[in-house]
Amino acid sequence: MPVPTTYFVLFAVALFAIGAAGVLLRRSGISILLGIELMLNAANLALVAFGRQRGSLDTQVFVFFVMAVAAAEVAVGLALLVAIFRARQSIDVDRLNVLRW
Amino acid sequence: MLDLLWLVPALPLAGSVVLLAGALRFSQRTTSAVALGSTALSLAVALAALLDFAGGHGATFVQRLFSWIAAGDVAIEFTFRLDTLSAVMLFFVTFVGFLIHVYSVGYMHSEEPRAYARYFAYLNLFMFAMLTLVLGANLVVMFVGWEGVGLCSYLLIGFYFDRDYCAAAGQKAFIVNRIGDFGFLLAIFLALKSFGTVDFAAMQQAIASEPARFAGVLTPIALLLFLGAVGKSAQLPLYVWLPDAMAGPTPVSALIHAATMVTAGVYMVARTNFVYRESPVALLVVAVVGGLTAFFAATIGLAQNDIKKVLAYSTVSQLGYMFLAAGAGAFAAGIFHVFTHAFFKACLFLGSGAVIHAMGGEQDMRRMGGLRKHLPTTYWTFMVATLAISGIPFFSGFFSKDEILGKVFAAGVGDLGGFGSVYLALWALAVAAAFMTAFYMFRAVYMTFHGEFRGDPATAHHLHEAPASMTWPLRILGVGSVVAGFLGVSTALTFGRDMNWFEGILHPIAPSLEVEHTPTLAGEWVLILLSVAVAVAGILLARSFYSGARAFERPRRLAERFPAVYSAVLNKYYVDEAYDRVAVKPLAGLARFSWKGLDTVVIDGTLNASAFFTEIAGDLLRFVQTGNVRNYALLVLFGALAAAAWLLL
Repeated sequence: MPVPTTYFVLFAVALFAIGAAGVLLRRSGISILLGIELMLNAANLALVAFGRQRGSLDTQVFVFFVMAVAAAEVAVGLALLVAIFRARQSIDVDRLNVLRW
Repeated sequence: MLDLLWLVPALPLAGSVVLLAGALRFSQRTTSAVALGSTALSLAVALAALLDFAGGHGATFVQRLFSWIAAGDVAIEFTFRLDTLSAVMLFFVTFVGFLIHVYSVGYMHSEEPRAYARYFAYLNLFMFAMLTLVLGANLVVMFVGWEGVGLCSYLLIGFYFDRDYCAAAGQKAFIVNRIGDFGFLLAIFLALKSFGTVDFAAMQQAIASEPARFAGVLTPIALLLFLGAVGKSAQLPLYVWLPDAMAGPTPVSALIHAATMVTAGVYMVARTNFVYRESPVALLVVAVVGGLTAFFAATIGLAQNDIKKVLAYSTVSQLGYMFLAAGAGAFAAGIFHVFTHAFFKACLFLGSGAVIHAMGGEQDMRRMGGLRKHLPTTYWTFMVATLAISGIPFFSGFFSKDEILGKVFAAGVGDLGGFGSVYLALWALAVAAAFMTAFYMFRAVYMTFHGEFRGDPATAHHLHEAPASMTWPLRILGVGSVVAGFLGVSTALTFGRDMNWFEGILHPIAPSLEVEHTPTLAGEWVLILLSVAVAVAGILLARSFYSGARAFERPRRLAERFPAVYSAVLNKYYVDEAYDRVAVKPLAGLARFSWKGLDTVVIDGTLNASAFFTEIAGDLLRFVQTGNVRNYALLVLFGALAAAAWLLL
């Protein structure tokens, strides 16, 4: 008996919530990037689960795209963080508010 | 040569364009060559075209240049039309215009080259506009010329624009003329709406074929057109700009404000006589305005001391005569007076220019006197023109003025349009004006040329006759002031034989209105003798007032006995002051209110208020932007949850 789709979805929701909490609560830039990765992978998991339920491969193509974009995003994001750290000796996002008003 | 008709206005335009394109940098010699050459060629082409036209058989020659405005059913062509009426105007406009160009070369020689070039550029442009006005075959082309002459008039009155009163006089002329032009424009619109065309021939045909259909609109069209004429030809109540227009150079006064432009109104009434003849009310209005103006302006002329002001009021008065003739249905007589007036009044103005030239700019006749010895040519030409305007027999003004008086009297006796008694009253006014004309013109002659010199010795030493370029136009115009009248000898003078060539050629275009009862031959002779007697009486009165050992004594005593009357006349009945109080001041107040009240407070205020509130809103809203990345992320999450809730619930 296969694992029901509901389990996958619940697991994806849990992953997403953890990721979102990480983005919202952590102040370190690297932790925020990790949270975003978790949220993306939660979405990937949900996509694959629904694809399996419907017997379709389309969702897996989407997942590949998401992973490619996520890889690019991490590359850009980490580069930004390195630049910020070099400029300010800190990657605390709460202190990145000089352009406020 | 008729096919070259378009060159007649085009040549002066080209001259003007060349002078303006040369950025007014030409030397005086080059400027004179361009300006005189273009007007001389224009005159030559006009004369050749007129000869061709006289030799041909057609009553009208129409030259279609191009289709100008085509909008739906309305098509307005840029078309010139040569018939006997426009031929008369074409002749004297090009002829007198050329003479005055020649005269200007002498009169303006002391101007610096830039001002000299500017003067001739404007003068040539005026010739173009005036000829377009005269040759236009429909109301719109005529209007182009009409506005063009108004513009040139403004530019030339304000020629010495660094003097305040000259600039103000130019503006006054332009603004007062706008009131009239507004009437002209409305007339064009009304004609377009009623006839679907503004072409003179087409409108005339429409009225002739369906008189009943257009009966209602003819009076409004005629009255609106007349409003335009009142402005352009300086009639009551819009005459006030013309005396001030004397601020311009004297040849300009002669060309624009005596001989040509100001007669455009009379020409326009004669041109559209097919409208006026159907409307007795409009004719009566034309006659009443003309008659009152002739009388009223003549009374002001009695007490003016500036030689050009005398001539200016005399021009207003003579224009009144022309409208009186048109209003009595005698369109040909009105145009005949336009024609003779062009010669003698241009001669008078140019003569006054020679006097002012000799006096070193002085225009006050009280400081002149005895100039006859120093300016002999100017004296006799001025004298001839004065005799002509006074209506002394065998000078041109006699024939034309007598024709007008006779026709107005005939309109009164024949009960034209049922307003016979009004026409008789106007006739009486016109006779009184003729008396005053003879008086004030001879007053000017006696004050200027006779007696002893009353100016300062320095000026007396400087007195000299004008150069040949100024005296030859005077001589030619002086001769014209005599012979022009013989073109229109009235039938009464020749004892019933029809030798009135002028009336004859104009008959197909602008026939006079016929009345049932005309005065008898004997009656007409009584009228002629009466008008001559009146003129002679005016001259004798002027002689007894302003000549001999007791000169100036009686007018002074008269002025002392009736101080109120004298100061009223001297100050032109305070009309300018009244207009200032009634129209200018309230309008200036309205303008100030629109500026300080409406523009600054309401319009600027609304804009500034909206900018102020936008700024306030921005000031408040920017606090939303915390700059804190996690705040934004939280808001994004809330947004996503809200969207999800919206979709699910």
